[in-house]
Amino acid sequence: MNLNMTLFGELIAFIVFVLFCMKFVWPPLNNAIEARQKRIADGLAAGERAEKDLQLAQAKIADELKEAKAQAAEIIAQAKKRAEQTIEEGKQRGEVEREAIIAAGHAEITAERNRLREELRKQVAVLAVAGASKIIEREIDSNAHSDIVEKLVAEL
Amino acid sequence: MAAEELTVQSHIQHHLSNATMCSVEGEIVFNKACENAGFMALHVDTLAWSIGLGIIFLMIFRSVATKATTGVPGKLQCFVEMIVEMVSNNVRDTFHGSSKLIAPLALTIFVWIFLMNLMDLIPVDFLPSFAGLVGATVFGMDSADVYMKIVPTTDVNMTAGLALGVFLLMIGYGIRMKGVGGFIKELTLQPFSSSNIVVQILLIPFNLLLELIGLFAKPFSLALRLFGNLYAGEMIFILIGAVGLWQLPLHFPWAVFHILVITLQAFVFMMLTIVYLSMASSKH
Repeated sequence: MNLNMTLFGELIAFIVFVLFCMKFVWPPLNNAIEARQKRIADGLAAGERAEKDLQLAQAKIADELKEAKAQAAEIIAQAKKRAEQTIEEGKQRGEVEREAIIAAGHAEITAERNRLREELRKQVAVLAVAGASKIIEREIDSNAHSDIVEKLVAEL
Repeated sequence: MAAEELTVQSHIQHHLSNATMCSVEGEIVFNKACENAGFMALHVDTLAWSIGLGIIFLMIFRSVATKATTGVPGKLQCFVEMIVEMVSNNVRDTFHGSSKLIAPLALTIFVWIFLMNLMDLIPVDFLPSFAGLVGATVFGMDSADVYMKIVPTTDVNMTAGLALGVFLLMIGYGIRMKGVGGFIKELTLQPFSSSNIVVQILLIPFNLLLELIGLFAKPFSLALRLFGNLYAGEMIFILIGAVGLWQLPLHFPWAVFHILVITLQAFVFMMLTIVYLSMASSKH
């Protein structure tokens, strides 16, 4: 324990160091720390805000998706209905057409048959007349007995 | 050669002596010539190491402070900011009221004392032996006459200088916050007070005695706590250094333990400074 002038030397050094620290060291360091703290706080707040926005957007997306799905389902249902309708219509048209074609066929066949029959009848009449004339040669006058032949033909 | 006369006692004595400078009859002399100089002497090693370490501290912190970025900090900036943050938090928790001085003061005290205490971890013979060598070869001195005490806080002048600074601040804050009258009132009218004016006047000397003891005990305890801890630690290091080859396994555990002591003492000095100044500036 030998106190001497060193005491005051250290006291002066202490005062100078503290003043230097107070003027040139502490303020910039503290400012930097506080500025960074503020930036971090702002960043966190922005992050929180963004998260909230994201949640809102996701909810909106979910809503829209649901709506779109409903719309799609509706459209599909409509399309199905339309398709069924079209098929039904087609079927009906086909049926009608088929019947028309069949009817036309029938009519044609009938007409043809009638025509053929008429022709055949004429030929048969001719043949019958020819045959009869051959059989009874002179006896029968084709003009006089044509009514008999006619009757005969009609019976065929 | 001085080495032949080197006993353990002289070794310890050598380690515990400061390099002293004084003026005898207008001439500047050193060390043993200053034995009778009394108060008018300077411990040049204490001054040089403490001021050197203080300048290192301020240079590092100043360079970080000028380059401080509010963005992503570098490693050194992170380290410095950790210390600043720690000091700042302690000041905010302990010192009620606002002052631009307290936080830088606490930072300076903590880092400066820590650095000075840290010198204790350098093996005790390294720098004194080196100084002896330089003294012997460059200045032609006897190396036993070259004193070099590298831990400034083991010099009571250092710790007392710090404590005196804190003491002056305590009085300054007391007067600034409470006025001269309030400061004197605090010294004289408590802890014992009476509504009877005569009794109150009679109590004044008693109060003054108690309060003055309380006031002066603070800087004394500050100075002597730091000095005592570091002086004792240094003494153990010197004793370990004196046992020869076995010093290595002994030195290491004590050094590890001492890391705790030096940090703790720096922290305690800082905290008590804040607490004392907080007490001085608060009204009762």
